[in-house]
Amino acid sequence: MRIRRRDFLRATAAATLTAGLPRLARSAETNGVYDLERFGNARILHMTDTHAQLRPVLFREPSVNLGVGAMTGQPPHLVGKAFLDRFGIRPDSADAYAFTCAGFEKAAGRFGKLGGFAHLKTLIDKLRADVGERRALLLDGGDLWQGTGLSNVMKGADMVEAANLLGIEAMTGHWEFTYGEQALRDNLARFKGEFLAQNVFLTEEAAFNDAKAFDPATRRVFQPSTIKEIGGHRIAVIGQAFPYVPIAHPKRFTPDWTFGIRDEELQKLVDGHRNNDHVEAVILLSHNGMDVDLKLASRVTGIDVILGGHTHDAIPLPITVTNAGGITLVTNAGSNGKFLGVLDLDLAKGKVANVRYKLLPVFSELLKPDPAMQALIDKMREPHADDWSDKLASADRLLYRRGNFSGTVDQLICDALLNELNAEIALSPGFRWGLTTLAGQPLTMEDVLSETAITYPETYVSAMTGAQIKDVLEDVCDNLFNADPYYQQGGDMVRVGGLAYTCTPAEAVGKRISELRLANGKPLEAGKSYKVAGWASVNEQSGAPVWDVVAKHLRAGRPPNRDEPAVTLKGVEDNPGIARHG
Amino acid sequence: MSTTTREFSETRRLVLKGIGVTALIGLGVMPFDVPRALAAANDKYPEDAFKQKSEADAIKALYGRTAEPSDKVKMDAPEIAENGAVVPISVTTTLSDVTSISFLVAENPNALAASYKIPAGTLPSVANRLKMAKTTNVTAIVEAGGKLYSTTKEVKVTVGGCGG
Repeated sequence: MRIRRRDFLRATAAATLTAGLPRLARSAETNGVYDLERFGNARILHMTDTHAQLRPVLFREPSVNLGVGAMTGQPPHLVGKAFLDRFGIRPDSADAYAFTCAGFEKAAGRFGKLGGFAHLKTLIDKLRADVGERRALLLDGGDLWQGTGLSNVMKGADMVEAANLLGIEAMTGHWEFTYGEQALRDNLARFKGEFLAQNVFLTEEAAFNDAKAFDPATRRVFQPSTIKEIGGHRIAVIGQAFPYVPIAHPKRFTPDWTFGIRDEELQKLVDGHRNNDHVEAVILLSHNGMDVDLKLASRVTGIDVILGGHTHDAIPLPITVTNAGGITLVTNAGSNGKFLGVLDLDLAKGKVANVRYKLLPVFSELLKPDPAMQALIDKMREPHADDWSDKLASADRLLYRRGNFSGTVDQLICDALLNELNAEIALSPGFRWGLTTLAGQPLTMEDVLSETAITYPETYVSAMTGAQIKDVLEDVCDNLFNADPYYQQGGDMVRVGGLAYTCTPAEAVGKRISELRLANGKPLEAGKSYKVAGWASVNEQSGAPVWDVVAKHLRAGRPPNRDEPAVTLKGVEDNPGIARHG
Repeated sequence: MSTTTREFSETRRLVLKGIGVTALIGLGVMPFDVPRALAAANDKYPEDAFKQKSEADAIKALYGRTAEPSDKVKMDAPEIAENGAVVPISVTTTLSDVTSISFLVAENPNALAASYKIPAGTLPSVANRLKMAKTTNVTAIVEAGGKLYSTTKEVKVTVGGCGG
């Protein structure tokens, strides 16, 4: 433990050279990592995309996160060494481990897990206490209620309990919507904070049938924004839910609601707060994804800071965007509870005079778990712990998901689909949540659920022609690499098993995917039909839930498939969104 | 697929109802002494325009001239359609003396999707839902003071799924 502590301190000493990273305390207390210099008169704490990870996690950041067009080489599209260089983080430091994939396996042994709600609670309480009563606000950017077996069986109710104990004052949503309207409303009835979404409206039919709305005149389903008084200053917080819920997920979960980016409606809302409500700052709590937020910041005026999520980009410093009304700062605060964003505002004469932002990695070993939160987590897990703790297998290699094209976890899922469902080709969604397991560590049902726990987990087997398969790949690839961020959805590329292809991200839709081949090397034929297995379909399916298929595959103890992911990339040779090493 | 079909037919019913209403309003404000022959010519269904494949040909058949882009034509359309069978698209304009508003979907089998006559004294504001075969540009044309003004936006139609 003493060696560990020295590792952390050495790391943070280096980090003091860079703005926006933990400052070294004079004392040898490890807690000093979280002693921030006082600044300004109002503090906003921002967490996002925790994906219901109540307990500390290992999560490897991506080694492939490509930007195309104007976003080439721009944050968040930097990985590994390029990321460290851009943000002045010392290689081999604790921060390098938290923010990048560089040397992940070695560093995981040194610095351990991150996050966990009991640890977050300790950190949040400290950062609140540091500034005093009623001077801090805690916001959650969504994807709070989904991502574990527990949240899945409890339909997010576990996370409402945790959120209330943590003291989340306002949130917005994405996967929250996939529990359907009834479960969402039941949870919100228990949630002590406010659920904000300016961009969710009743469809015309639902409005005509008098479906429930926050404001029937505008057809807004939820309260769009709130005004909070912190440190004696008035701050408007506007919620921006994930704009593409009914497209990225089955429409049956949200039949009465229509989404979208809706920046014109947002502009009206911002102007209204600026002109009528005497606010000194306007904050957008966004689940747009970072590229969308950067574009939005260039078009919508009057927002001081966009606290962003969705794309799981852990970006140490805000990006400054200039627009017709001035500047807007854009942040993105990572995922899985690994980070806590701290935005200190200096409010003076009715405006934001200055800001300081830090994205703090939540090193679980440096934080004493809060006993009340730990007790709540233990109590909620207890009914399921036995069922989910059996070892199914050991990880035969480092298992992770995050990356634009492939992850070893998804290779494992594709292998399970191919073997168990006897298919030629497997498709698995490119989610950005899902944990990391080190080689040799046990894999339990709880681990499998942390990679697969969604409300539409049913597997399917269907016949698709080669042309249809190519169309699916092109379609998803455009969601990732369309040159205009407003046409992106923020997920990663669909993962494939039994199939190899070449991708040219900078091309136009329809021209990115080429050289499709089956595992046996034969070219995929446009007119020929293939047996394809998959899960997470937006159409209703009836196959076994994918977690059972994966568990069966793991229990069978088949020799691992160690084939390299068969995606060849073209035209990205100098792109700093690909790590050359580790 | 059955869901889509049902949704579409319901929507078509709504759209048809909408056209009925527009027509009634049109008759209501039409000056009584307008020669019947002219009224008949104005109200004639532009069959030829709706048969054209390309956007340019449809505009030519409908109006006999070309449109100039204008920021006074405001079109509200989604970036990505939630359902390609019923894409909600609306147009308003600050232009005066508006006589018609038309919608074109560039890569639909027939580009002209809808054309509305705007009787004098009516707010130039039309909301409708268009069926889109695939990702393509949607163009709105406003005829005002005898000239044509347009705006265009790409609407993406996607198979969906696989979002982060």
